[in-house]
Amino acid sequence: MNKVLRTLILVMLVALVLLFIYLPVAWLVISSISTRAELLSTPIHWIPQQPTLQNYLNIFFPSQGVSEVARTFRITLWNSFVVASSVTAITLVVGSLAAYALIRLRLPFSQTMLIGIMGTRMIPEISLVIPLYIFASRLRLLNTPTILIITYLSFALPFAIWLMAAFFDTIPIELEDAARVDGCSRLQTLARIILPISAPGLVSTGLFVFLTAWDEFFFALIFTSTVAAKTVPVAIAEFTGRYVVDVGSMMTGGVLAAIPPVLFSLIFQRYIVSGLTAGAVKG
Amino acid sequence: MKNLKTPFALTIVLALLAGALGCQPAQQAGPATIRVLTMEQAGPTVEEMNAIVEEFNKANPNIKVEIEYVSYDALHDKITTAMASTPPAYDVFLVDDIWYAEFAKAGYILDVTDRITKDMRDKIFTASWDITTVGGKVYGMPWLLDEKYFYYNEELLSQAGFSAPPKTWEELVDQAKVIKEKGIVEYPIVWSWGQYEAAICDWVTLLYGNGGRLVDDSGKPVFNDETGVKTLTWMLQTIDEGITNPASVSYVEEDVRNVFSQGKAVFATNWVYMYDLVNFNAEQSQVTGKIKMSLMPAFANSGVQSATINGSMGFSVAATSPNKDAAWKYIEFLTSEDVQNRYSAHLLPIWQTSYQGESLNKLMGYTPANATTVPMFNEQFPFAHVRPKVAYYPEASKALQLALQLALTKQKTPQQALDEAAAKWVELAK
Amino acid sequence: MVRKLTLRQHDALIGFFLILPSLIIILGISLQPILSTLYFSLFEASRGINAPQTFIGLGNYVTLLTDAVFWAAIGRTLYFTLVSVGLELVLGLAIAQLIHTRPPGWRFLRTSLIIPWAVPTIVNGTMWRWIYNADYGALNGLLLQLGLINKYIPWLTKPELAMNLVILADIWHSVPFIALILQAALATLPADLEEAAAVDGANALQRFLLIRLPLLRPAILVALVIRTVEAFRVFDIIYVITNGGPAFSTVTISYLTYLETFSFGHIGRGSALSFLISLFTLVMAFVYIRILYRPEEKL
Repeated sequence: MNKVLRTLILVMLVALVLLFIYLPVAWLVISSISTRAELLSTPIHWIPQQPTLQNYLNIFFPSQGVSEVARTFRITLWNSFVVASSVTAITLVVGSLAAYALIRLRLPFSQTMLIGIMGTRMIPEISLVIPLYIFASRLRLLNTPTILIITYLSFALPFAIWLMAAFFDTIPIELEDAARVDGCSRLQTLARIILPISAPGLVSTGLFVFLTAWDEFFFALIFTSTVAAKTVPVAIAEFTGRYVVDVGSMMTGGVLAAIPPVLFSLIFQRYIVSGLTAGAVKG
Repeated sequence: MKNLKTPFALTIVLALLAGALGCQPAQQAGPATIRVLTMEQAGPTVEEMNAIVEEFNKANPNIKVEIEYVSYDALHDKITTAMASTPPAYDVFLVDDIWYAEFAKAGYILDVTDRITKDMRDKIFTASWDITTVGGKVYGMPWLLDEKYFYYNEELLSQAGFSAPPKTWEELVDQAKVIKEKGIVEYPIVWSWGQYEAAICDWVTLLYGNGGRLVDDSGKPVFNDETGVKTLTWMLQTIDEGITNPASVSYVEEDVRNVFSQGKAVFATNWVYMYDLVNFNAEQSQVTGKIKMSLMPAFANSGVQSATINGSMGFSVAATSPNKDAAWKYIEFLTSEDVQNRYSAHLLPIWQTSYQGESLNKLMGYTPANATTVPMFNEQFPFAHVRPKVAYYPEASKALQLALQLALTKQKTPQQALDEAAAKWVELAK
Repeated sequence: MVRKLTLRQHDALIGFFLILPSLIIILGISLQPILSTLYFSLFEASRGINAPQTFIGLGNYVTLLTDAVFWAAIGRTLYFTLVSVGLELVLGLAIAQLIHTRPPGWRFLRTSLIIPWAVPTIVNGTMWRWIYNADYGALNGLLLQLGLINKYIPWLTKPELAMNLVILADIWHSVPFIALILQAALATLPADLEEAAAVDGANALQRFLLIRLPLLRPAILVALVIRTVEAFRVFDIIYVITNGGPAFSTVTISYLTYLETFSFGHIGRGSALSFLISLFTLVMAFVYIRILYRPEEKL
């Protein structure tokens, strides 16, 4: 095929995919800077004639008449951040230990344990809500970041362990043997050889865990009720009142809620690819 | 590995213990803590509600009230979940009208019939007791009295040559035809007939306005009788004749407000919240200053002067709360005449006496909207009807919503659709 | 008297302590709820958890397995899973292939792929719900301006369309995941096999189907299985966009569980549902552990 024609077609395809990716997001952002009148106009205003940052101002510098949800949105952003980071940090530490044990240290029942751990993830989360709620209520953990962290940990660990195990598996065993010969104990090997080499894998695992924790909605909805622990997904859902739907604020909340995960993903994007590679390709 | 089986077994036991830890009841000490679950936008603002709580706490040093706000959608699920633990996570919660029967049957809410004084009975609107009464027993204090009102755009109406709003639905159709002919608006009336609870609300308004009922005295569904079919057929006719905005079959209350606010309809029915936004908020409405309310029409020859849907809520005590008396004390305080009169800037009091004399003037003076909505409420509320207090209402409602939708989209005849829904209701009642 | 541990036992002991915290967290949190769910599924616990409960053994399961509503939900869930994952696979492969050929802007494209995937589910759902809005949505606006429709359509009120619209929202969010995996896998494929085939006269399509695709099998399999298990349990996005409607047309099996447990208060039936779902997904998970974990590396 003619080289120029081929390039042209490829460029068009790339443009098509980029449109697919960006159009919805663009609409989200445009909606967040539109006034209510423009949002509700027909024909549709693709570019707002009177763009306004009022929605963002309501969230960051709330004035008197601003809804409670908007006023407290910042706090929910912070709560989400605290919960997601804690879950990520703990998962990486606890999970990497477990992954190493499963892969290198020939444990009895390791196959069973793996299946068992993965098995806990098979039950739909809806069913776990009520029993966990009772548990949290008794321990006075309702409406605290702690209960969210604990819950998300139990969700994230199985997947994280599996991922990290795959990473550790790619490290040639000779490296470890060499270290053992040099006198390192198992734990020292883990700390000095395994972890540094699998750093990319750890980063990508951490990223997945962070995204999953940031994303979680239903448990947060049921377990939290005040800004002491409310997370961003819950706040976004609250822009819908009993009758009134505050579309502009919802879109704005959406943009703000998407920024941290998107930002982190872009920063660590190399590791995403290597993460997916190790999980998938080496498989 | 033989000698490792024990440690593994121990781990499992440990894990189970950790879980079992959650099974010990929590200890209670100090002043009785009353946890209240309510909704934002449920009458008074958050600041006002918090102020009431503070007042109560000061006046009752051995009770400490803590209040939490969630969205309406989450309220039902949170109550269900909260009642699963003992002691329940909340002692007091806001209950929507349509959940009362369900919660009463499930044993979530306390029977407070004996705690209602004669004074309360007499002075509070009779129609509001309908909300919290299930099977003759009272389960809570009414709160956030709301009903659907009849809104009309006075300017557009007078352009068509009419000086007064319609008193019957037949009159409305006649007026609408003239409006349409004169090209003032394309679809004179807009409804919320989408497949949601909103459709049931409009259905109740129209059905009862035709002398019909949803269920008979024994609780059997009768909405599929002659009156019901007639009413549903009438609804379809208005769409066919171009009087009802056809998009109504997918609309909820907010959509009605949007259409009405843009001056694209002359008549609409909606809850009280729409009035302020549509008549006084220039940012959200293009028809400010032109909107009035009048008594909800009914059908001529039905023997009914007016009928509308009663969509209020109530505050109830958790049946398994360890502090029932304290919890009830708070509810009594919250709904007392005195407190309600002082905090009625955003809340319609449940006391009939508040709508008389000096109190009335004060009420009307709070906001520009109140000047209209308060007397209107007083006038309309006696005609407000609640939905059936059956424990299976959520499922039943879905069946009826589906039936209305199928009929309105002409996928089934009104008789067929309503019959199927009635059959489902009978099945659920078993 | 302490026996001296062999190297193997020593390893195993250390391993045990390393895995202990994870086991405690996972089992401690999940075990009791799972057991209690199993417990409740054996009772007729309808109308709330405090209401009197009667033991009915497998009664709930029997009711469910003979309930048309249950099977309809299974059907819808399978439809959602197959269509969603199927389309994601095809599109993901296409996009991966596109990136692999290194067209102008490929780096930007690969980076951009991350955005839909990183956007939280609830934001995704809310965003698409607004796009599908009957009166002011972008979809209506766009189609009208392109002349493809002459009147706004209330998309989310059409039972036959609603599920597909949710699938579209899900695809937008999940295609990047698959595309990135496959693209990474493509990058590691040895070029010589295909070069040799080209020399032997195989055209591009033949090379793709007979050499590249089979080599991608492991990666495709992983992506497929992860996404399938996820798709089968879909809930959040349904809750946000359609709430199960219109006319139950988007009630998936997880959503049905939510309805039974929370909206209708049938705790017993809801719990039984959960176990049935777990059974389905367990089978799927078992398949992938079988395929991915080489047994010979254990013990």
